Amino acid sequence: MSEERTMRQNDGIIGYQRDHESQPPYLYPAYKSTRLRAPDRPLVILPHTLSEVTGPAFGHGKVGPLDNDLTRQHDGEPLGERIIVSGRVLDGDGRPVRNSLIEVWQANAAGRYTHHADRHPAPLDPNFSGAGRCLTDGDGRYRFVTVKPGAYPWKNHDNAWRPAHIHFSLFGPAFAARLVTQMYFPGDPLFDQDPIFQSVNDSKARERMISRFDLETTEPEWALAYNFDIVLRGRESTPMENHR
Amino acid sequence: MTLEPTPSQTVGPFFHDALLAADWTRLMDPDHPSAVHISGTVCDGEGEPVPDAMLEIWQADPEGRFARSGDEFSGFGRCGTDAEGRFEFVTVKPGPVLGPDGGSQAPHIAVSVFARGLLKRLVTRIYFPEEEAANADDPVLASVEDPDLRDTLVARARDGGYVFDVHLQGQRQTVFFDV
Ligand SMILES: [Fe+2]
Repeated sequence: MSEERTMRQNDGIIGYQRDHESQPPYLYPAYKSTRLRAPDRPLVILPHTLSEVTGPAFGHGKVGPLDNDLTRQHDGEPLGERIIVSGRVLDGDGRPVRNSLIEVWQANAAGRYTHHADRHPAPLDPNFSGAGRCLTDGDGRYRFVTVKPGAYPWKNHDNAWRPAHIHFSLFGPAFAARLVTQMYFPGDPLFDQDPIFQSVNDSKARERMISRFDLETTEPEWALAYNFDIVLRGRESTPMENHR
Repeated sequence: MTLEPTPSQTVGPFFHDALLAADWTRLMDPDHPSAVHISGTVCDGEGEPVPDAMLEIWQADPEGRFARSGDEFSGFGRCGTDAEGRFEFVTVKPGPVLGPDGGSQAPHIAVSVFARGLLKRLVTRIYFPEEEAANADDPVLASVEDPDLRDTLVARARDGGYVFDVHLQGQRQTVFFDV
């Protein structure tokens, strides 16, 4: 797809970098659900216009002060290993992504989602819903308190199990920077047989989805901690002539 | 300093409680005279409805202006598909917005599609059928050479609102963009 002509017409707008090496393909047959859902025609390259370089802003009104603590949403505390998950959201130039909405969701410690369609015969926890959100601060930092999610089986292939993970949804500064991903835990023995994790071809890119045990952030007598920095796409380096 | 981006992963089947707890489908009061309904169905490569997809929209207001934090019209919507693969937004029709070369783009809505089985989002656009002249001049529509494919980006008018179906795969596949 060489669409240099359309790319160059994008005067006045600084677009976002396109990074295909880090990203999974649409069609990854080992992950069965991609087979009927992946587009089969090549994508059309879209020059970044105002519609792509702007994006929704979510103020503090949308996020409650306890929304980032998944252990305090019910009368009692959830079962499981209490953890702190924190990190920074950065763009490709290392600049913090500020005041940006992060949404997370996860299974409970037994590997069960509260979701009505989750049929895994593991116990629900009446004290755990597994959904949270927060805004990044002025340094792009975020922090969640939760319990470590369990691995869970799924029907993709014989004896298929998802490695423990937390789903992350990020908006970043623009429509073009939107990202939904999953955070994994270091040393998980299930990585090798998980087609969702393995769909990212580049091993260095896969490692960027694995959190780091974070001794400094642990709270003695209370919780272990994991660090997960998230990098959204950076801006193109060459600003075009501005016509506005 | 250059940092490599974090890879995308599928939204999976279990996102509803976290992402759809609040109602984000109404960008405008349905009783407002300028409210328009945009609905459609998401289908897979066999034409079967996709009941676990989620659409997000991002659009300008009727003056062609994108919202900033705190604006009354947010320009952002989110809707999960139901058991029949259907979604519906109530919004306003956007105005034309600035395009490449200082020209203008026809009124359109940017759309992200997420679903189990989509390892990364799909991006498309909704254009409006009555905007024939503006659509003919639109640089993004013009970059899709096959008129049948271009038509997948234009909603159909129905019952005073619009219908925009999303075909993920196959002969009738919607045009998706590399953003
Ligand atoms: Fe999951």
